[in-house]
Amino acid sequence: MPNVTVSPTRMELTRLKGKLRTAQRGHKLLKDKRDELMKQFLDTVREVRALRAEVEADLMAVHGSFTVASALMSAQSIQQALMYPKQSVELTMGTQNIMSVNVPVYKFETKTKSDADIYPYGFAGTSGELDDAVDALGKVFRKMLKLAQIEKAAQLMAEEIEKTRRRVNALEYVMIPNTQESIRYITMKLDENDRATTTRLMKVKDMILKEAIDERRAKDAEVMGKTGDSGNFSV
Amino acid sequence: MATTWRIAVIGDWESVMGFQALGLDTYPVTTPEEAREKIRELAKADCAVIYLTERLAVALPDVISRYKDELRPAIILIPGREGSLGVGKENIQRAIERAVGADIL
Repeated sequence: MPNVTVSPTRMELTRLKGKLRTAQRGHKLLKDKRDELMKQFLDTVREVRALRAEVEADLMAVHGSFTVASALMSAQSIQQALMYPKQSVELTMGTQNIMSVNVPVYKFETKTKSDADIYPYGFAGTSGELDDAVDALGKVFRKMLKLAQIEKAAQLMAEEIEKTRRRVNALEYVMIPNTQESIRYITMKLDENDRATTTRLMKVKDMILKEAIDERRAKDAEVMGKTGDSGNFSV
Repeated sequence: MATTWRIAVIGDWESVMGFQALGLDTYPVTTPEEAREKIRELAKADCAVIYLTERLAVALPDVISRYKDELRPAIILIPGREGSLGVGKENIQRAIERAVGADIL
């Protein structure tokens, strides 16, 4: 049962009709937005899944290398070797607008230009496994940053899709039917009023007519009576 | 926006030590509470990406959902030394469910 508190007036009807038009247009636009977002989202998610699987596998390999390295070296010496990084990463963040969702775009610059130049320690005191591990980690890091970017984008898009979907459904199943129902109610009420007025007018007309006829009849009778009398006299 | 942001790695020491060599900010923590404090601190400061080990993420679902809808920081789960727990994949799955309303992939 939609809201019954609408007052059945012509002004209200015009207002509701405008509201319905806006709601229908908004519904169409939001539906388009949802569909397009969904398309983009599914593409992104597919990419995220593939990349995540890759990154996880790579990272496990890296952890394996580190485990071997820490078996060959003491924890302290590893800590010491990695303590002062030579490499540093400068991350700049921009935003990209996908269907009104702002998603981050990361760009990073490393301080040392070549990948071979990232070892923060001398090679004398450390094992070769550590070099491999650090090297592999340097490679996987690029993928990790890409993963961060698209996974965040997927999360933000998921939120926006959820919101849009709710709006579309609210419009489609609540707002538009309710407004239509109200419009129907007002139209019917106004028509009913029209009919009532017409009937009343006809009734009133009948009454006036009857009154007039009665009056006329009375007058006629009076006149007839008079002429009848005088007639008698004259004949 | 020409400011530069930091990238943090939070996890147990064995899992994060390698990232130190790459010049990322590593924060070795032992308890989830420590991690929670650190994440809050980093999110307020200039940290754009936080890599968090899955084991800590399991203990901190509230923190993760708190930052899920924010542009910054992006909290990305990585497998720790003990191997992948599948939490990261599960998170993607949940994002799909949230968007589509059903698991379709």
